[in-house]
Amino acid sequence: MPLQTFFIGIAAFCGLATFLAVLMVIADNTIANYGEVKVTINESTDYRVPGGRPLLATLAEQKLFIPSACGGRGSCGLCKVKVESDIGEYLATELPWITAEEKPENIRLSCQVKVKKDLAIRIPEELFNVKEYRATVASLRDLTHDIKEVTLKLVDPPEINARAGQFIQFQVPEYELSSESVYRAYSLSSPPQRRDIVELEIRLVPNGICTTYVHQHLKEGEEVTINGPYGEFYLRDSEREIVFIAGGSGMAPIKAILLDMAEKQISRRARYFFGARSKRDLFLVEEMQELEGKLPNFRYIPALSAPAAEDNWKGESGLITDVLDRNLESGDNVEAYLCGSPGMIDACVRVLTANGVPEELIFYDKFG
Amino acid sequence: MSEAWLAFSIFFAAIFTNNILLTNYLGMCSFLAVSREVKTSIGLGFAVIMVMAATSALNWLVYTYVLVPLNLVYLRYIAFILVIAAFVQLAEMVIERLSDVLYAALGIFLPLITVNCAILGASLFMVIREYSFFSAFAYGLGSGIGWTLAIIAMAGIRQKMARARIPRGLEGAGIALIITGFMAIAFMGLAGMIRI
Repeated sequence: MPLQTFFIGIAAFCGLATFLAVLMVIADNTIANYGEVKVTINESTDYRVPGGRPLLATLAEQKLFIPSACGGRGSCGLCKVKVESDIGEYLATELPWITAEEKPENIRLSCQVKVKKDLAIRIPEELFNVKEYRATVASLRDLTHDIKEVTLKLVDPPEINARAGQFIQFQVPEYELSSESVYRAYSLSSPPQRRDIVELEIRLVPNGICTTYVHQHLKEGEEVTINGPYGEFYLRDSEREIVFIAGGSGMAPIKAILLDMAEKQISRRARYFFGARSKRDLFLVEEMQELEGKLPNFRYIPALSAPAAEDNWKGESGLITDVLDRNLESGDNVEAYLCGSPGMIDACVRVLTANGVPEELIFYDKFG
Repeated sequence: MSEAWLAFSIFFAAIFTNNILLTNYLGMCSFLAVSREVKTSIGLGFAVIMVMAATSALNWLVYTYVLVPLNLVYLRYIAFILVIAAFVQLAEMVIERLSDVLYAALGIFLPLITVNCAILGASLFMVIREYSFFSAFAYGLGSGIGWTLAIIAMAGIRQKMARARIPRGLEGAGIALIITGFMAIAFMGLAGMIRI
C-alpha cells in the first residue's frame, strides 16, 4: 500500500509536469512563433531572420555585432540602435538608459526589444566592418601580479582592420562561473600595423567571469572567438598637445596609439600619465622608455600613489589627479585621452576641465 | 444563501474585509519593491488580478479532479506552483503576441509574479475553505483586486512621502512596513463583517 501511494504520487506529479511542459512547447511553436521577418538596415541591407528573439541576438546570428558590454542583460546600456519603423512603446527595462534627446529619435536598447515583425533600423556604417574572428592563444604573459598580456593569433578571418585604441569583444564559453557564454570588451594593445594578431591586457577582477577565465583557465594554443573592432577611442588628427592618462589595464589602448604614432612618425608633444599604487603595479616600463627614444616629444610619467619602502621611488608620487594637476600648466591647446576605471576617469575629467581643457577634447573609454 | 450570492460575498470580502495583503500579510516582497509609483503599481496590480483569478480557477480544477481522486492532496503545494509558473509563462507569450501596449504595461511584471506568495496563498486558502469552483474564481479575482487596491494606496502614500522628512533609520522598507501596519489596522475595522 505505501509503495503504491508512492508510485501514484510520482506518476501524477510527472504526468502534470509533462502535460504542462508539452503545453509550453506547443505554445512556443505556435503563439511565440513569429515566422520569418525582414530586418532592413540603413535602408540598404535586408536580412531575413526568424522572429521572436531580441534584436541584439538576432543581428549577432547574422554576424552583425552591435557593441554590448553586458551581453544582453540590459545592464550596460551600450547596445543602442535607432529603430525607424514602429516597434511599440519603451519598456521599463530600457528607460533607465535612454536620455531625453534619444526618446523622440526612437533610440532603443537592442537587447530588450524583440523582433516580431518587419523592422527598419539604422546603425553606424562602420559596424559592418565588425566581424567574428576565430583565433588561437599564441602567448600568455604576466605583466604584473594581476595583469596578463594575452596574444591571439587570428585564424579566420586571418586579418583585422582596426584603428589604434579600438576594442574587441571576447567570448567566454560556458564554464564553472557562468552557465552561458558571455561577451566582455577589451582594448587592443597591439598596433594596427600588426593585422594578424590581437594583443589584450586583462586584469584579474575577483569573481569576474571573463577575467577569471582568462587568468585561470585559458591555455596557450586554445581556440577562442572574438568580434570587433568597436569604439570611438582613437587619436584625433590635430596639432594639439596630447595628454594620455591611464591606470592598470587602461594601458592597452594607449600603448596601441603610441606604437601607431611611432610607426607613423607623429611627433606632436605628448605626455603619458600612468597611475599605479606601487612599483609592482608598473609594467611595460622599458617599452615606454623605448618609445620616448623613438618619439622625441613624448614623455612617460608614471605616478605611484603608495610607493612601498623598498621601491626607492624617485618619480612622481601621489594620486594621479594631483600629479596631473601639478604638471598641467595650462589647458589651452590640449587634447586628452583617458582609459581606466570609471572613478579614475571621472576624477581626472574634473581636473582637466578645471584646468581649461574643453570637454569635447577629452576622450575616454570607461570600462566598469 | 444562493450560490451566486455566496460567490459575490466572497468576492466582496476578499477585496475589503479579508484583504489578502492587509489581513494575511502575503505578497509583501513585490508590494514593497514596486510601490514607489502609482503608475507602475497599477501595472503590477492588474497583472496580479489576472494571474490570481485564473490560477485560483485552474488550481481548483487540478485539486478537485486530479489530486483529490488520486488521494494526493499532500502534493498540492508543488502542483499549484507548477500550474502557476506554467500559466504565467503562457500568459506572457500570449500578451506579447497580442498587444505591444499590454506587454509594455503588464508583460514585464509577469515574471515577478510567478514567485509571489499571495498567488499561491489564494490557491491554498480556497482549498482550505472548501470553496466551489465559482466561489474559488470569485475569491481569486477579489483577492487580486484587494491586493491591487492596497498597493495603489501604498504607492499614493509613498509618492506624497517622497517630500516628507523621515528619520534616517526608517527610510525605505522601514517606513513602508509601518504604513502597511497602519493600513492593516484601518482595515481591521471591517473584520468579521462577513464570514468566509
